[in-house]
Amino acid sequence: MSSPDAPPAGVAPRRSDRSPWNWLLVVPIVIPLLVPLYNHRAPELFGWPFFYWVQLAFVALGVVTTGLVYRMTRRSKDERAAAVRAAAAPTRDGGR
Amino acid sequence: MEGVNTVEVTVFVVFFLLVTVMGFLASRWRRGDSLMHLDEWGLGGRSFGSWITWFLIGGDIYTAYTFVAVPALVFGAGAAGFFAVPYTVVVYPLIFLVIIRLWSVSHVRGFVTPADFVRSRFDSPTLALLVAITGIVATMPYIALQLVGIEAVLKTMGVTGEWPIIAAFVILAVYTYNSGLRAPALIAFVKDILIYLTIIVAVIVIPSKLGGWDAIFGAADEKFNAAGSGGVLLGEAGQLQYATLALGSALALFLYPHSITGALAAKNRDVLKRNMSALPIYSLALGFIALLGFMAIAAGTTPVGTDANTIVPRLFQDMFPSWFAGIAFAAVGIGALVPAAIMSIAAANLFTRNIYKEYVKKDATPENEAKVAKLASLVVKLGAVAAILLIDPQFSIDLQLIGGVIILQTLPSVAIGLYTRWMHRGALIAGWVVGMGAGMLMLYNVPRVGPGGVVIREHWGGSAFSLGKLGLDTTYTVYAGFLALLVNLLVTVVATFVLRAMKVDDGVDGTSPADYTAEREDPSVRDLPDPLASDPPGTAPAPAH
Repeated sequence: MSSPDAPPAGVAPRRSDRSPWNWLLVVPIVIPLLVPLYNHRAPELFGWPFFYWVQLAFVALGVVTTGLVYRMTRRSKDERAAAVRAAAAPTRDGGR
Repeated sequence: MEGVNTVEVTVFVVFFLLVTVMGFLASRWRRGDSLMHLDEWGLGGRSFGSWITWFLIGGDIYTAYTFVAVPALVFGAGAAGFFAVPYTVVVYPLIFLVIIRLWSVSHVRGFVTPADFVRSRFDSPTLALLVAITGIVATMPYIALQLVGIEAVLKTMGVTGEWPIIAAFVILAVYTYNSGLRAPALIAFVKDILIYLTIIVAVIVIPSKLGGWDAIFGAADEKFNAAGSGGVLLGEAGQLQYATLALGSALALFLYPHSITGALAAKNRDVLKRNMSALPIYSLALGFIALLGFMAIAAGTTPVGTDANTIVPRLFQDMFPSWFAGIAFAAVGIGALVPAAIMSIAAANLFTRNIYKEYVKKDATPENEAKVAKLASLVVKLGAVAAILLIDPQFSIDLQLIGGVIILQTLPSVAIGLYTRWMHRGALIAGWVVGMGAGMLMLYNVPRVGPGGVVIREHWGGSAFSLGKLGLDTTYTVYAGFLALLVNLLVTVVATFVLRAMKVDDGVDGTSPADYTAEREDPSVRDLPDPLASDPPGTAPAPAH
């Protein structure tokens, strides 16, 4: 019986989640919170006041920035291929 | 609107039955050895890929209540109700890096709940107990609100009385008991297809019937000008409230045990990261749903009785043929079942791991534990049903507001704890206590103001705390949860300095730095950690470090 607190079965390689790309995440967090920037009626789009359509545009901003950060911070091709191989191998815990 | 609309009810019941059958079959879907393990039942075996995770977390966050209450808020107050959009835009980049750390450390150490993590990280059963209780208490009114959503739909169809709600939740209870997390994951597909179908049709059909978007926003303008409260744009004083409510809600979202349950069931870190960029698609839908509130104004829709939550169902009834209204109602009804199931599972996990096993029966067997979790999920749901039947629905919405404020108080230990162990465990407890007290005090002092500035109720009237009450010369309001969190953080920091200066023991960290970046294929990551065959973290004698 091993405690979950016990040191894990193997040693994990030391990695880092740090990347300059992560700073990009600040953009979709800060901009939607700057309410005075968009609490206006003009310019309207298809009859929608600016306040409403621009906030839907922020959704696109969020998708693009987080998507970009995901792409750019993904592990290298070799590393991912190794990961796929490791995942395809029989499970280490005997199939439990 | 006299009597029951047979076509709507028939369509609604057909979909409900379909979903029930799926719920029962779900136990066979992608199953592991035995559902008699908490991991299998409560985390779906932790093997969900990108698509299922997207549906599961989506089903978790965008609930029936959202579909009913957000447009009802927009209907009543205008722009202020639109906060749900920035809230769900901000949340994903905000937690993008945090949630993958939680995934990794949970998979290395076998954590099932946020309280497990806190227990191990800060070596404090007391802090873990506080986090567990906070999670359970904050989740209950959330489940009750899902029932408010179903109730609104049933009322609109002319179905009254208490038995339909009880029947719906008996079905929910039985299949969650039977299939665990797999049931909501599978049903989430049906829910989303119906929801998207409804929204697309609504956005095309309704504005064309009402004379276009110009007419819709124009009618809203007219209504708010005449009423003298609310508006198509935010008032000067409401802007800070809008931003802090969006940010505070975003910070709270992934502290809720059910969001964490959904995230931990993901197969690997990449699945989660990919989802953080794909989940905002729901926010787009949410934006359109919110605007249903303005459409209802333009259409002159009136609620059933005084229940503002029936606005959207009533709009559908007025605008759509009965059979399609039935589909839309089924979407809302099923949209209530998915999150309610996940929430009750998450609350049950917390109770079993962090209260039952820690304080009641330390030598519980895995079978024993899974059985307790299943029973706990039943009890939680029964509690929610009782809450709905016994108390006024309006009060349950206020309870939900309180839920958001209290769950935020676990942010320092759960979220910040993923990055640093600088905070002292005693300081975290002190911060929780003071933050909670401050939050309750502020909520108590929020009056509910009706049209024309008349105070309807002195206390517990919402979450917009007026800064004027702090002696500041301003009419600005701010989200009470946000202020309470600031108080909590301040106390935590100060108390940490004090306790460190006094050299008070701060325990042993049960995790190591490499745990937080572990990938699925690492030898340290367990495919299916079996925490039930062992003790919850920390209860076993810690190995020498």
